[in-house]
Amino acid sequence: MNWFRFASPASFYPLAGRLAPWFGGAAALFAAAGLYIGLVAAPTDATQGDAYRIIFVHVAAAWMSMFIYLVMAFWCAVSLMFNARLAAMMAQALAPTGALFTALALVTGALWGKPTWGTYWAWDARMTSELILLFLYLGYMALRQAIDEPRRADRASAVLALVGAINVPIIYFSVKWWNTLHQGASVSLTSAPTMAAMMLTGMLLMALAAWFYSIAIALTRVRAIILERERHAGWVGEAALAARGAR
Amino acid sequence: MTAAQAAPRPLPAPGAWRGAAWAVRRDLRLALRSKAELGVQLLFYVIVATLVPLGVGPDSVLLRALGPGVLWVAALLASLLALPRLFAMDFADGTLEQMTLSPYPLPALISGKIAAHWLATGLPLVAVSPLLGLQFGLGGDELVVLALGLLLGTPTLSLIGAVGAALTLGLRNGALLALLVLPLYVPVLIFGAGAVDAVRTGLGAGAELSLLGAGLLGALVGAPLAAAAAARIAID
Repeated sequence: MNWFRFASPASFYPLAGRLAPWFGGAAALFAAAGLYIGLVAAPTDATQGDAYRIIFVHVAAAWMSMFIYLVMAFWCAVSLMFNARLAAMMAQALAPTGALFTALALVTGALWGKPTWGTYWAWDARMTSELILLFLYLGYMALRQAIDEPRRADRASAVLALVGAINVPIIYFSVKWWNTLHQGASVSLTSAPTMAAMMLTGMLLMALAAWFYSIAIALTRVRAIILERERHAGWVGEAALAARGAR
Repeated sequence: MTAAQAAPRPLPAPGAWRGAAWAVRRDLRLALRSKAELGVQLLFYVIVATLVPLGVGPDSVLLRALGPGVLWVAALLASLLALPRLFAMDFADGTLEQMTLSPYPLPALISGKIAAHWLATGLPLVAVSPLLGLQFGLGGDELVVLALGLLLGTPTLSLIGAVGAALTLGLRNGALLALLVLPLYVPVLIFGAGAVDAVRTGLGAGAELSLLGAGLLGALVGAPLAAAAAARIAID
């Protein structure tokens, strides 16, 4: 089987349509199991009470926020190297989901911080670099928006994403060092007590749910992007007619 | 040199260093012909630094604590303000397109432009920074480290900023450049302001200044290539 066949938007469009519901279904199953374990089955934490339960959303969102940026940068590199339209469309489709998870990680972190640390926001290294990651996502999307011509938008935003990807570790470590210089360990995320196996299971299930959700939503969004950008191609009209006939 | 033979009139042998030197000379000459514009950019730096004491009050202890951070943030903003000058004119009148067609490597020409841009806009900031530092009550060693840090840091800002400036060429949204570039400036800000703090607390600024130097070397290698790629994208 020739996998490169699916590098063409026309042949990837139906494949994405077939795959997306499966990933979406898997995400729903994992989320249901993870939320059951997280909200019902997992024991109340000895020190934090029930407030800690937001961890099941927070950790999954924080993981995805960083991972999606890497995936996005990967597709950007592919699109630059092989001049592949579909790779650029995948990067474009991933960016809003990545920004969403970054914002979600920040908001849940703030809500979690208030009852446990007594403050919504501390200039902790992870929080600050997460905020800067959000700016990187927003910059990527704003640059895409600002350029009218899609091919130029593809390549310019790809260069930006790659420069950002090189910078993310530098930013993370510089912020980490800055934090140790300026502020004592009044707030520490790393000194959490060892986690019960039940909590870990719930967290992993939620992470899987977030992962499959991201794949499903990116595939759905890439279908919309393909339709929008390939609307002048013949096959799009045929697909639209077929969809109308089926209804 | 087959490229020279094929060209309609004989060009000097195209090499990276020659190209960079040519671009430095040309852009410096152009910059020095509009001294008023350069003065405005330097004044912006001075004014931002002056506004902060007006905003937070004349408490000398507080100002001394804020000084390095304020001067560095002001330097970041002043650097950002100067960035559109880097390519916009050459892009508008077609010079940049001719540069991409020239036998000289484009990253070398762009390196030269960035160097000239820094000499015209970054170096004055470095020169004036000890004076502003004095106004914030910084001591002798702190002033030296502030200027040294800016000397190592502002070229990095120009290099990183050049990528953003090339990416946003010809776009109407002027504020976009700030959104793209400022998050990437974060490490330079941290190590630059941190160096002054380190001297103050008696730790010595060797580590921070070394990191700023390392960042400069890294940016020196990578940024012209990325900016050249971005300029080609903008021109196509």
